[in-house]
Amino acid sequence: MSTLQTRRSSAFASIGSVAAFTSIFAILALLIASHAADPLMGAHAWLFLGLAVVGLLALALWAGSLGDRDPFDQTIYEDTIVKFGVTASMFWGIAGFLVGLIIALQLAFPNIFYFEQLGWTNFGRLRPLHTSAVIFAFGGNVLLATSFYVVQRTCRTRLAGGMWPWFVFWGYNLFIAIAGTGYLMGVTQSKEYAEPEWYADLWLTIVWVAYLLVFLGTIWKRKEPHIYVANWFYLSFIVTIAMLHIVNNLTVPVTLTGSKSYQLFGGVQDALTQWWYGHNAVGFFLTTGFLAIMYYFIPKRVQRPVYSYRLSIVHFWSLIFIYIWAGPHHLHYTALPQWAQTLGMTFSVMLWMPSWGGMINGVMTLSGAWDRLRTDPVVRMMVVALAFYGMSTFEGPLMSVRAVNALSHYTEWGIAHVHSGSMGWVGFISFGALYCATQWLWKRPSLYSLKLVEWHFWLATIGILFYIVAMYFAGILEGLMWRAYNEYGFLEYSFVETVEAKHISYIIRALGGGLYLTGALIMAYNLVRTALGHGAAAEGTRPVDAPAAATLQPAE
Amino acid sequence: MYEILSKFAQTWGLGFFVLMFAVAVAYALWPSNKEKFQAAAHWPLDEGEPGDE
Repeated sequence: MSTLQTRRSSAFASIGSVAAFTSIFAILALLIASHAADPLMGAHAWLFLGLAVVGLLALALWAGSLGDRDPFDQTIYEDTIVKFGVTASMFWGIAGFLVGLIIALQLAFPNIFYFEQLGWTNFGRLRPLHTSAVIFAFGGNVLLATSFYVVQRTCRTRLAGGMWPWFVFWGYNLFIAIAGTGYLMGVTQSKEYAEPEWYADLWLTIVWVAYLLVFLGTIWKRKEPHIYVANWFYLSFIVTIAMLHIVNNLTVPVTLTGSKSYQLFGGVQDALTQWWYGHNAVGFFLTTGFLAIMYYFIPKRVQRPVYSYRLSIVHFWSLIFIYIWAGPHHLHYTALPQWAQTLGMTFSVMLWMPSWGGMINGVMTLSGAWDRLRTDPVVRMMVVALAFYGMSTFEGPLMSVRAVNALSHYTEWGIAHVHSGSMGWVGFISFGALYCATQWLWKRPSLYSLKLVEWHFWLATIGILFYIVAMYFAGILEGLMWRAYNEYGFLEYSFVETVEAKHISYIIRALGGGLYLTGALIMAYNLVRTALGHGAAAEGTRPVDAPAAATLQPAE
Repeated sequence: MYEILSKFAQTWGLGFFVLMFAVAVAYALWPSNKEKFQAAAHWPLDEGEPGDE
């Protein structure tokens, strides 16, 4: 058999295995749909079946049109999937920010944005839709796309697994569709950031194992014995999320055709498992994955080597060893034993060191290219992301101290903290990576308009500042009001008075969210025009953001 | 049981963590690794082609 035939038959083997695997689940979905114990499960089974059938048809049409072309040509990188990932990220980002703005307006103007007849628009339904859309749909697609981009280039090999990376991408987005529609219909297991029910969790587990195998398979094919540090960060993200997801979702379904399930753990054990999961979702989803982006996209964009590769190694190992223990700080003054609370607090305080080590390493990578901060707003965005990373990883340990937590917990201070981390760090480093990836993937000399990036940068930065300043103010205010006593030993304020006091902050917060969303819309416009090759992105245009010092030797 | 576990965590657990940290620092600072790490620090700068050394 000729090599061409061998290659073609191996390509069709991988396409066929994905099709067969998906078909099995489509048949399972059909069985569940026809025997659904409750209408929610029925709706989800039909949705899954419908999307799986559309996917299978698209796969068959595409495979049939291949002809002699090898779809998995090993001499070029797999970039189409990264393009899909960039597009999905931008779509989910805007959807997630929009839902965030809607629920902010619901809190600020409950009389206007409350629709009695439309139960699915209730705050309780939309709030998990917002958190999951920004964390798992936006952040998750950014991580999928960038990890596929980075692992190929730092291993100098095409993505492993043929069709399987596509199974990971579409399977993950199918999970997002199931989770999101579930929240609106009221399907939830009531665990924060782990709301999807057992069947969605099982599907995500399958997709995630495929993701791990694709990533490991690509690393396995590398030419250089050393594995680049960004891949270590991505790997820790994939492996740890698998572990967290499985343990926190150990549930027993009431029936295999129904949407409801019950947790294996109860009481304080369940709470501890939930916050072990919840905090490490921050640590290994929103931190290590995005640090991998930092360790690839910042050096590449400014054309300077990683400031200290040795520091990056110490950064990695100390971060992952310490982070996993910090969860109990979410359960201060609860039934959790005091020593466990203290342990969570101590490890949180220790986390400050690796966090700041990593931040310094990222910022100092600009050594010798500081002018890029002024000339390239994409670089500025990524460096401001690091500044927010530094601020929120300083604030986090502070808030984990029991005495501070007594004031901050359950108040808007927590909301301010997570949004400085998510909008500032995760959002900005993702925006930077998406700008870079779009320009590089579509092989454009520049973005369509750097001026629009400036607009995005300033609108989003001012938006974050409005948001967090308003929420810090509201949080400390209500925290102090809750604990105020009068001279007779009674509480000074009723609860509704503390809510009234926050009204102005809620309005400012919604304004900040609106600015942030506007910036993202400008970004989407800019990325589309860049991909189409308009403006400064047209071929033959002189690159306006080309690194001036690209040929200089590194400073070492 | 609780006493045994907490004693184990506070002695051997602590020792294990200190040891792991020492191993990571030693690996990062080991003189013969210097060249490999300096080369790796430059990897993102060039996209290369699949199969490049």
